[in-house]
Amino acid sequence: MSSAPSSTYSAVTLTVNGEKHTLTVDHRTTLLDALRERLDLTGTKKGCDQGQCGACTVLVDGRRNVSCLQLAVAAEGREITTVEGVAEGDRLHPVQEAFLELDGYQCGYCTPGQICSAIAVIEEHAAGWPSAATDDVRPEAGPPPLTPEEIRERMSGNLCRCGAYVAIVEAVARAAADRSAAKEVAA
Amino acid sequence: MTTAPTARQGAVGTAHTRVEGRDKVTGAARYAAEIPFPGLAHGWLVLSTVARGRIRSLDTAPVLAMPGVLAVLHHGNAPRVETDYTGLLGKPDPTTAVFQHDRVPHLGWPVALVVAETSEQAREAAETLVVHYDREPHDIAFTADHPRAYPAAGYGPAATEKGDLEAELAASAVVVDAEYTTPEEHHNPMEPHAATARWEDGRLEVVDSNQGTTWVAGELASLFSLDPSAVRVRSEHVGGGFGSKGVRAHQVAAVMAATVLQRPVRVAMTRRQMFSLAGYRSPTAQRIRLGADADGRLRALEHRSLNLTSTVHEFIESSTAPSRVMYDADAHHTVNRVVRLDVGTPTWMRAPGEAPGSFALESAFDELAEKLGVDPIDLRLRNEPERGPASGLPFAGRNLSACFREGARRFGWADRDPRPGVRRDGRWLLGTGTAAASFAAGAGPSTAAVTAEADGTFTVRINAADIGTGARTALTLVAADALDVAPDRVRVRIGDSDFGPAMIAGGSTGTRSWSWAINLAAAELRERLTPGGTVPPEGITVRSDTTAALGALAQKERHSYGAQFAEVAVDPATGEVRVRRMLGVFAAGRIVNPLTARGQFTGGMIWGISMALHEEAVRDRATGGHYGADLAAYHVAAHADVPAVEAHWVDDHDPDDPVGIKGIGEVGIVGAAAAVANAVWHATGVRHRHLPIRPDRVLLAGAPDA
Repeated sequence: MSSAPSSTYSAVTLTVNGEKHTLTVDHRTTLLDALRERLDLTGTKKGCDQGQCGACTVLVDGRRNVSCLQLAVAAEGREITTVEGVAEGDRLHPVQEAFLELDGYQCGYCTPGQICSAIAVIEEHAAGWPSAATDDVRPEAGPPPLTPEEIRERMSGNLCRCGAYVAIVEAVARAAADRSAAKEVAA
Repeated sequence: MTTAPTARQGAVGTAHTRVEGRDKVTGAARYAAEIPFPGLAHGWLVLSTVARGRIRSLDTAPVLAMPGVLAVLHHGNAPRVETDYTGLLGKPDPTTAVFQHDRVPHLGWPVALVVAETSEQAREAAETLVVHYDREPHDIAFTADHPRAYPAAGYGPAATEKGDLEAELAASAVVVDAEYTTPEEHHNPMEPHAATARWEDGRLEVVDSNQGTTWVAGELASLFSLDPSAVRVRSEHVGGGFGSKGVRAHQVAAVMAATVLQRPVRVAMTRRQMFSLAGYRSPTAQRIRLGADADGRLRALEHRSLNLTSTVHEFIESSTAPSRVMYDADAHHTVNRVVRLDVGTPTWMRAPGEAPGSFALESAFDELAEKLGVDPIDLRLRNEPERGPASGLPFAGRNLSACFREGARRFGWADRDPRPGVRRDGRWLLGTGTAAASFAAGAGPSTAAVTAEADGTFTVRINAADIGTGARTALTLVAADALDVAPDRVRVRIGDSDFGPAMIAGGSTGTRSWSWAINLAAAELRERLTPGGTVPPEGITVRSDTTAALGALAQKERHSYGAQFAEVAVDPATGEVRVRRMLGVFAAGRIVNPLTARGQFTGGMIWGISMALHEEAVRDRATGGHYGADLAAYHVAAHADVPAVEAHWVDDHDPDDPVGIKGIGEVGIVGAAAAVANAVWHATGVRHRHLPIRPDRVLLAGAPDA
């Protein structure tokens, strides 16, 4: 990195997968490029770099976010979770496990974004958030059944050019069902 | 060539999760732009803003003075390359030979590469570079009757002809004469093209994302006049290709910059640049004439197709390919024509030729069925040919009828009311449609090395590419069976030109070609391994080359087949078309891994939905460039566009073929758009002969009783 005037660079501390990293970044650096080029967290993918494909989806404070439309300097103080941070050690996240077993991918390039999105979709749905596919959107109606149509609508910000959609939807449904089964056991 | 039968349960034919699956779901799999290199510099391509003309000058001085900028390469200072050679797939497209002269043949032609320490610096400098042009008038208008169109050979000859077409048409009880068009379509793999080049101990090393490192390494050696052994190209994980990931401007520019700067340089295309630099499927204008007796037997079949190409390279979209294979007639005429315009060169895109050609042919067959009052499936089965209609060669098995029988049963075709425009579900008109599919089963010469390791495992080295097809896993299963061991004892290494020449991942030939080479080497290795014998520490390696075996295969019409079914809902008030379900049944040889094969078939069918309803790149005639060269304006099917899609397969066996694999990457898209369009007709009573079937087209066409 060449030295540069401070008006174009700043020090920023990013919290990624629970670890703090202090970096000097070009103000133009997106969160996506900071993850990939500075922190060597290349699991987060650059598909379009303009917020249209979803490949760069990460979780910011638990909610899904396209990291190519966020500047690194604006991400200070937020909890960022990337695909590298969703497993518990060697134990895959149930969404990762379902993608692997049901072949919810082909080339794998949109996969980290699909997985991060799916993790958030399952939480959003459980929290009662409606989607454009939801018939009854009154707050008191509670979460709608997580039908394939609901999953497709909620996952539509993540393009898969290989067309692995059929298996992706099955994987999200399975992971969501496992989550609610686990909740019932816990309750 | 096949292994002796044993008691062990074979791996081929059993569902197996991807061997690299864990790396892909955890983000550990590294793609081309993700391999770190010390001292890496970043290149950013500058593309022309005029469609035709000459570069008068470039204002490089202010750009070179910007922070971090290391070089600006352009036609005045870039290394020279050689373009007079024939590569693995023919003559090179001169659009890859960047910065060699001042001529601009299309908008988005690379005119410079700005290299800087960081990508942010390179990007800003590239956007700052002012280029002065002498503009010339351009012609990008693709029309069916373009006066400069000429016949040209693509796959197969430009034209095939037998019989007296006009006489047979005149003698026919029913004639269909219709024109069909398909638009410019772009591959848009999710991973943009990216390459890093560096010189290491006198060798050129390129880490790239491509569909065959044998191919790319060979082209780079020829372009830069290097000994082939002095070039190594690696491509371990590839984020989709679909025909677009061959030799392109980014690799050539990266090699030039690495040579000039003597440090590693990475060049990645932006999504927007991919619309200019990554190739695309040409639009087509097709005319089909069918003449039949009252019982549906074809007397005449004519298929004429026109596509465009650039002014610097001829690329033929062989859209008449399906007519040359699918149906025979007493008079059978086909011709592919092309017109050169001021646009980039189109290239292969998933099922090149067959995808647009099957839309026209299979739509025309549906029109013929309607006119005859014959079921569309019966009409096809009544016209099953004995031999290749154009080649006269025998078929090496032709399982189309089995696909239709099984598909009709699963889809519930028997209950279908053939009348159009009579089914409603609230505001939706409903319809179903079908179409046939075929794609050539080819193979290319390949080499493989199989090593028995001292620890009892096996290592396969083959220069295959896994662009998402599951090839790495399929080859593991093939090798396991050929070696008669469990798949977990086999490690398959791919994507490295140092492994020796092999076929590309393209044209549904990859897995067949590579499996053949692995089978040959594994069979010989098994003979060398004596029971109870020991393996030396360096292992025992056997190499194979399939060139001779491929040459000995009898000349036949070898294809995979399929039957496509679609149900659609059309809203006549908004013009919206929704696919409600799709079903495909395929006869595609031996299915190595049912888990990943299903994704190949359904992925292709989803491409068909996308082709039928969404995809269309539109050019501005004034500038010659695209409107909205991005994934917002160029819509590819998203989750919400894709309903339940089912793929099944029937047993399919070619007795001459020692491998039995036919390749499954393309056939899924073939006929899929026609099935959707035929279903739209069944829903509305209106024929849509121009893709995509946009809401405005549905509205302007009107609908019965709407």
